[in-house]
Amino acid sequence: MDFSFSKEHELFRRMVREFAQNEVAPIAAEIDAEEKVPFDVLKKAAKVGLMGVPFPQKYGGAGAGEIGYCILMEELNKVCASTATIIGAHTGIGAMAIYLDGTEEQKQKYLVPLAKGEKIAAFALTEANAGSDAASIQTRAVRDGDYYILNGSKIWITNGDIADVISVFAVTDPSLGARGGVTAFIVEKDYPGFRVGTKETKMGIRGSSTAEIVFEDCRVPAENVLGQFGAGFLTALKTLDVGRISLGAGCLGGAQIALEMAMDFAKNRYQFGEPVAQKQAIQWMVADMATEIEALRSLVYRTAWMLDSGNMGREFSTMAAMCKLYGSEVLDRCVDKCLQIHGGMGYMKDYPVERMYRDARITRIFEGTNEVQRLVIATNLFRKIGLRIKG
Amino acid sequence: MKIIVAIKQVPDTNEVRLDPRTGTLIREGVPSIINPEDKNAIEAALSLREQHGGEVVVISMGPPQADDALREALAMGVDRAILLTDRAFAGADTWATATTLGLAVKKLAPYDLVLCGRQAIDGDTAQVGPQLAEYLNVPQITYVRAFALYDGHVRATRTMEDGYEVLEAPLPALLTITKEANKPRYPTAPGIFRAYREQQVERWGVADLGADPEGVGLKGSPTQVKRSFSPPPKEPGEIIRAAPAEAAKQLVSRMKQKNLI
Repeated sequence: MDFSFSKEHELFRRMVREFAQNEVAPIAAEIDAEEKVPFDVLKKAAKVGLMGVPFPQKYGGAGAGEIGYCILMEELNKVCASTATIIGAHTGIGAMAIYLDGTEEQKQKYLVPLAKGEKIAAFALTEANAGSDAASIQTRAVRDGDYYILNGSKIWITNGDIADVISVFAVTDPSLGARGGVTAFIVEKDYPGFRVGTKETKMGIRGSSTAEIVFEDCRVPAENVLGQFGAGFLTALKTLDVGRISLGAGCLGGAQIALEMAMDFAKNRYQFGEPVAQKQAIQWMVADMATEIEALRSLVYRTAWMLDSGNMGREFSTMAAMCKLYGSEVLDRCVDKCLQIHGGMGYMKDYPVERMYRDARITRIFEGTNEVQRLVIATNLFRKIGLRIKG
Repeated sequence: MKIIVAIKQVPDTNEVRLDPRTGTLIREGVPSIINPEDKNAIEAALSLREQHGGEVVVISMGPPQADDALREALAMGVDRAILLTDRAFAGADTWATATTLGLAVKKLAPYDLVLCGRQAIDGDTAQVGPQLAEYLNVPQITYVRAFALYDGHVRATRTMEDGYEVLEAPLPALLTITKEANKPRYPTAPGIFRAYREQQVERWGVADLGADPEGVGLKGSPTQVKRSFSPPPKEPGEIIRAAPAEAAKQLVSRMKQKNLI
């Protein structure tokens, strides 16, 4: 066994950390307060190759694999969950769907500019009546000559209003249901019949944009079918599986910084004539945070290593769900303890802890609620001993 | 145009902590980095290449681990990286270091410019750049915060304690660059993975440089370290507690005693 990072991954982490500290951290509070997408940061990130980190260099990526991508998400989330969410939706699911299931032509046409950060991607599955029950999507795609005509709408789409290219899932045969009846499409924002609907205002990750996107007789060229016709649901699940690892990595970064801030505060905050770190109540919180963080780190990077080793089987899917589930819950507990240790100061908007607490809450919900992750894990586990969970 | 940049790998002093019990440096786990002002020199070379074309070659003398510093330079975009490494180079002072670097620069001739960082954060001597210029017998301008090339000359702004000088020199010349000169670019993400997986760091030893083994490393170093120690802590200041008029009197008499006034 070897748990060490390669030298290139270590240098990459140092570079990302510097970039995050110098370019992202200074704007984190402002973009949260003003609900402002940091386009300037995205441009800088593109220039240094941070918009397509996991993809091979022949597709415009960094060639850093999933391990490298997890490093990026971990380090970015230490300073700004909004920026990490934008890049995560762009790279980790929007462009990832094209990387996993696109044809060579589609990769050249779409993945290359996305990986270089010349264009922004989004991933559109969720609808008003299809969240955890993703199979119930109602957006329809009907063939018309060399085109498909899309009708319907998707909600809560990260980057929905800033994306140039969107991986969209639509029903092509209602009689077949999710398996066989759903197809994935690559949609460009300039296609006729595409428009952005309501923009949401959120509790956290407020510097990332979340929007409704609407298809009204939207004409999508037939060559933009992504993956096999009728196999769109598999593309969605596979993409989300991969996305869950880096989501866990993001949670790891958030939890780690919460621990560091809590320790720093506990060392410098005096009550009863000594640092509050001298109190066992604080020590136990710190010890619990650190222990869970180390367990999460091992889980995340082991799962990333599995993917980089070419393992995308059921065990991988289970582990990826665990990354998302455990990561978001460790993050939740860590920011909560961090805020508690900061006391009143943690509750004030002058300190980043308040923002971190709000930003953390979404991770238990998006990209598959934690309840769905538990269902995935249990289903995979029971299948091994011959019991089919009905779901 | 060929620009040669000489760099040094140093411990990241931002990451060095003091052992609270012994007061000594904790070196364990401290990452090694490119000396910060050497990065300014690399940046200056790269932006010069962007304006004038040509080639940027980075050289470094050091142990095999200094390979990482050269990979980082490759990831920033330099064209060629050469590690001068040999057991015989170990223990070099600034003189022997400049000799070794000088042999490498001569081997790379012809060149237009040699750039160095002003000084390294571990040794803080600021000697290697000037000594290298003397060895090469080329003009040197130190503490450069801005420069431009024209008609085979370099015109540089040199930072002084109380102002600045503008100096000109014919090429080839050697400049030492300060941190005010520019903001070094980040190594790019694809650049990092290419540097480790596809690119080469060349290695030159004593034989490649045609060096006299007596003239490099510890043997070629006139500087001998006799002893190293932490300077004694400064004595605490004294507070004169008295009524203002009386305190002023005491203060003046003390200053007179010490010949300060």
